[in-house]
Amino acid sequence: MIGGLFIYNHKGEVLISRVYRDDIGRNAVDAFRVNVIHARQQVRSPVTNIARTSFFHVKRSNIWLAAVTKQNVNAAMVFEFLYKMCDVMTAYFGKISEENIKNNFVLIYELLDEILDFGYPQNSETGALKTFITQQGIKGQPQTKEEQSQITSQVTGQIGWRREGIKYRRNELFLDVLESVNLLMSPQGQVLSAHVSGRVVMKSYLSGMPECKFGMNDKIVIDKQGKGGTTDEPGKSELGGSGKQSIAIDDCTFHQCVRLSKFDSERSISFIPPDGEYELMRYRTTKDIILPFRVIPLVREVGRTKLEVKVVIKSNFKPSLLAQKIEVRIPTPLNTSGVQVICMKGKAKYKASENAIVWKIKRMAGMKESQISAEIELLPTNDKKKWARPPISMNFEVPFAPSGLKVRYLKVFESKLNYSDHDVIKWVRYIGRSGIYETRC
Amino acid sequence: MPAVSKGDGMRGLAVFISDIRNCKSKEAEIKRINKELANIRSKFKGDKALDGYSKKKYVCKLLFIFLLGHDIDFGHMEAVNLLSSNKYTEKQIGYLFISVLVNSNSELIRLINNAIKNDLSSRNPTFMCLALHCIANVGSREMAEAFAGEIPRILVAGDTMDSVKQSAALCLLRLYKTSPDLVLMGEWTSRVVHLLNDQHMGVVTAAISLITCLSQKNPDEFKTCVSLAVSRLSRIVSSASTDLQDYTYYFVPAPWLSCKLLRLLQCYPPPEDGAVKGRLVECLETILNKAQEPPKSKKVQHSNAKNAILFEAISLIIHYDSEPNLLVRACNQLGQFLQHRETNLRYLALESMCTLASSEFSHEAVKTHIETVINALKTERDVSVRQRAADLLYAMCDRSNAKQIVAEMLSYLETADYSIREEMVLKVAILAEKYAVDYSWYVDTILNLIRIAGDYVSEEVWYRVIQIVINRDDVQGYAAKTVFEALQAPACHENMVKVGGYILGEFGNLIAGDPRSSPLVQFNLLHSKFHLCSVPTRALLLSAYIKFINLFPETKSTIQEVLRSDSQIRNSDVELQQRAVEYLKLSSIASTDVLATVLEEMPPFPERESSILAKLKKKKGPGAVSVNELEEGKREGGELNGGGERGDNSAIAASNASTPSPSADLLGLRTGPPVTAAAPSAGSLLVDVFSEAGVNDDGFLRDLEPPTESSDSLLAEGPGDSDSAPPSVVSEDPATPLPESNELLNKFVCKNNGVLFENQLLQIGIKSEYRQNLGRMYLFYGNKTSVQFITFTTTVTCPGELQSQLNVQSKPVEPLIEGGAQVQQVINIECLTDFSDAPLLNIKFRYGGALQNLTLKLPVTINKFFQPTEMASHDFFQRWKQLSLPQQEAQKIFKANHAMDTEVLKAKLLGLGMALLENVDPNPENFVCAGVIQTKAQQVGSLLRLEPNAQAQMYRLTVRSSKDTVSKRLCELLAEQF
Repeated sequence: MIGGLFIYNHKGEVLISRVYRDDIGRNAVDAFRVNVIHARQQVRSPVTNIARTSFFHVKRSNIWLAAVTKQNVNAAMVFEFLYKMCDVMTAYFGKISEENIKNNFVLIYELLDEILDFGYPQNSETGALKTFITQQGIKGQPQTKEEQSQITSQVTGQIGWRREGIKYRRNELFLDVLESVNLLMSPQGQVLSAHVSGRVVMKSYLSGMPECKFGMNDKIVIDKQGKGGTTDEPGKSELGGSGKQSIAIDDCTFHQCVRLSKFDSERSISFIPPDGEYELMRYRTTKDIILPFRVIPLVREVGRTKLEVKVVIKSNFKPSLLAQKIEVRIPTPLNTSGVQVICMKGKAKYKASENAIVWKIKRMAGMKESQISAEIELLPTNDKKKWARPPISMNFEVPFAPSGLKVRYLKVFESKLNYSDHDVIKWVRYIGRSGIYETRC
Repeated sequence: MPAVSKGDGMRGLAVFISDIRNCKSKEAEIKRINKELANIRSKFKGDKALDGYSKKKYVCKLLFIFLLGHDIDFGHMEAVNLLSSNKYTEKQIGYLFISVLVNSNSELIRLINNAIKNDLSSRNPTFMCLALHCIANVGSREMAEAFAGEIPRILVAGDTMDSVKQSAALCLLRLYKTSPDLVLMGEWTSRVVHLLNDQHMGVVTAAISLITCLSQKNPDEFKTCVSLAVSRLSRIVSSASTDLQDYTYYFVPAPWLSCKLLRLLQCYPPPEDGAVKGRLVECLETILNKAQEPPKSKKVQHSNAKNAILFEAISLIIHYDSEPNLLVRACNQLGQFLQHRETNLRYLALESMCTLASSEFSHEAVKTHIETVINALKTERDVSVRQRAADLLYAMCDRSNAKQIVAEMLSYLETADYSIREEMVLKVAILAEKYAVDYSWYVDTILNLIRIAGDYVSEEVWYRVIQIVINRDDVQGYAAKTVFEALQAPACHENMVKVGGYILGEFGNLIAGDPRSSPLVQFNLLHSKFHLCSVPTRALLLSAYIKFINLFPETKSTIQEVLRSDSQIRNSDVELQQRAVEYLKLSSIASTDVLATVLEEMPPFPERESSILAKLKKKKGPGAVSVNELEEGKREGGELNGGGERGDNSAIAASNASTPSPSADLLGLRTGPPVTAAAPSAGSLLVDVFSEAGVNDDGFLRDLEPPTESSDSLLAEGPGDSDSAPPSVVSEDPATPLPESNELLNKFVCKNNGVLFENQLLQIGIKSEYRQNLGRMYLFYGNKTSVQFITFTTTVTCPGELQSQLNVQSKPVEPLIEGGAQVQQVINIECLTDFSDAPLLNIKFRYGGALQNLTLKLPVTINKFFQPTEMASHDFFQRWKQLSLPQQEAQKIFKANHAMDTEVLKAKLLGLGMALLENVDPNPENFVCAGVIQTKAQQVGSLLRLEPNAQAQMYRLTVRSSKDTVSKRLCELLAEQF
């Protein structure tokens, strides 16, 4: 079990230190600093073993979170806990930064007391935590006996993520399908690897204890129904994709509220949602991915001191859709001494500190193409090493799901209160972002 | 631009460095550096000419980036350009960059060399110095090649500035160290020596380093430096502290130079010239005198400098080792330091004294400090100093003070640091042995040693005690008594038990007269420790027990009881179990005189150098106490030691404590490689023992007696068959009478594969392989008909006593055999002990409704477990004679059944499994074989002799083996084969 938890800033100074078990001494704090944060060689492994003590760390911007244990714990559990803890902290005070941690350290200790008990992870559901760990002092809003008992029953009850008696005037729910598409393409345009990792994030403002059912164009479900012959899918053609009927999901994980038994038997996703924002599911697909952009690089070496680069990007989705925040990053050789760039659209700049030309385009419609050409001057070096030609990477945001995932329905049933599925206002949004989207050149 | 060259701000560099220092993360730092690199690259692009200042600035930045750990792959050219600048700062930065960054195989090396050459010939001393520093810093082979000729010239040139000479000397030293072959000796060498007379002390200091290094390689060429050095030294030593101005360090004149001079002198023997020598002695005396003077300053630097010279002088005195007066003075001076409050001084004093102790002149003087040293050992706080004190005690020990020193070391051992304990133990052991006047003292000391620091007593130490005790008759009784007493302590160390076990096993009889240490008491004492010991010790104790049986027959029953107990005879450890079994058997079978022979007192060990000394040498490595001296002392004490010096590790291991050696080999049961070569000899040894046990003197006569025909050969298959066979013939098929199976059996004596049985219905093929005492047999049942056999079952049984002799396991076979099909059955056989019968194979099946039942003999015969043994003629006959009991031999004369073909006979004998020995029998017609039958319980060595008589078509077969039943059975089996 987790023996202790430390938070360091980038210098290795301890911001938060919470020791849960006696086997972790104060020297463990220093051991991690010396051996990991200040290590001569950058430590790449997230798990470090120093003197029979294991350190599991994650890094958020400049902040190190390290869980320490002397026992043989389940590493996946520890990391899950650390991620969860990051989520909780983000939910409470926003970005995890040194400043924020210093300003909220009382709160963090309070949270740590709650979500980790003698090293055993406890309920770390933000919604539930927020009911009893508030940032107001005791004076501000004394909780009544009833409220307290309600919290107790909720936290210890079967549905720990939702309390009873929630009431909204307007029953509303927001559903975001957030995907990030990863690609590695050869210079010739051959896809070397591609996958989409997606998340379904929900924000629900529903009264009572509603029972929800979520449906999407999962291949297995569609194929099952396909025999019945009901494949009228409205809104299908509106989206950018190639009109795919269904998608094959490689693997998925769900929020704890989803009834896994039902998913296993019927592959239907039914749940009682938590109140507020949460991540309903995570999934990954590798087949039939819609690649929103195609990058065509052309690199020509003119002698030893000159390099000509031409890059064309083509958008590959419906013309009615607009991609946003497009950024192409073209690496330059390490001995670049000067760069001239010409581009038709957007702005391009040579960033010496990053050894790259960064080309930014605000928005771009589908089925268009754009081009940049650059002349790079090189300084002759006495190193015979050839330039490794790192891949050209790209960032963008598109308003559809590159995996082809569609939300078919999200039904809400609340038997006790008298509102029906039709009364609920539902919002669905698709956002596809680039993950690691690279083309070799 | 005087302002720039003076202030030389390089603000850009300062800003850059402060930017980097302010970076919050590694990533930010890398970004900043990338930006700067891009900036420098654009500046270096070449189209615009840079002025010297900015070039210097950017090269500096590159250098800084490089020192931060990033690769720099450009800017070298700019740095080389800087070399040709006329400004000192620019040149300096250029050289700095090159010394740090340019690797030896760079293309630019030519340009650099050129620039350096220019600077060397520039006559500007600053530039020359910069160039020399650069050469020395790079120090590559290329540099040496280019400048090895040039630098000596600069060094000895008359018009060279002092500072340049200094640099040149050190630069040459560096080149000489990296590539000595390139620095050629020449006429400059003699002039270098004269640099010792230089006015400038810096030049002398630098030159001395060079000369010291060079003279180590070519001492003759620099011989003249001795007198120069002496005169220089005397000038320094005799000078007042104010004479040398800059070179006086805290009132000590030129301490570094003095030390170096003294060290240079240590490269040479004492000067032969009396005047020079006198002057040197005078110097040394002055140095020693100065040490007595009250310090001129309380500063630690003053005393450090003074002591540095003093210790170097003492080293020189020790090196010369010819001035008794000086040696004694040095010793006294060191004696003062022994109690100095400065720890380093104490350490150094002890260390130097160690070397002094080895000199014949100062040995006595060193000895006077014994009390102080012992005190240091006891009270010193620093462990390294204590270690030195122990070394010194060891070094100063001789016969006169051995007892005191050993006693002190022993008493210190109880509180000694763990790090030096083992070494201390070795030292005590060596000293005790070396200076032992009476051996009871030695035994006491070592036993004390084991008692105090048992864990640190290495094997060698206790081996050594035992060697000495065994070799010295006068101490044996005392040793037995002492170990007996030592063992009575409630908790004694395992090493003590080992020594005790060994010594009591050998010499327990010497103290058995005393009722307090009667045999039984001794045994009980030893046995009370038995359960607390590790396996090797237990093994040793078991050997001690069997020796007890020999020494004290009255303990026999008690010890046998112990050996027989399950914890011994069924011990999970093979070694212990084997010993228990063998010793038990030995004690019950062998007669007293056999026992007395086998378990005779150990013979004295051959004289050898003590292994402990070797171990100490190994432990301490170079720079240890003068071991040579020790050995000398050892030789001197040799006669005292009597037979003390012998027995190194291996000798002991072999003869020691009867570890696996005598007893195990006695029975030849060792597995592994020795089986083929050693086992027969061992087997014969055993036989030897037993034949003597039987006290059968007429063995030889028996050998000559005419062979007796063993009449029961026809009934060879034993009594079991006739009972078990007839009922098995039940079926209507009359084709399986038992007699036939007997013949079938004989068919397989000399071969392992073939068809065992065949009739109209069934064919049984056989394939078998044997290793050691294990065998595996594959039986193939073939259905010759077109109808399937149903309820096909086979059972293998071992009739009668065979059950306890042979372990046969058969895998079940499929109950159904299709027509024309074949099934396979595997039978595993383990030979427990020798046997004469064969297991029975019963086969039942239904063929067309009729029950078929037949019983066969499985061709498993004793000879299958033979392990061939090669031996020479001499060995063979020796063994042959040893197996001379009448029952051990079986002989048969029979008529040949087949043609007497030599090759066929050979093949048959080989198939038998024995080794066919060529050129053993004087008669080439005869065949001689040897082999060992491997059974689980024992090994039976067997020898065979087959004498064909071509005229009479008769054979005479003689088999001798260590077991009578085996001989008989083999004879029976073989008689049918030829």
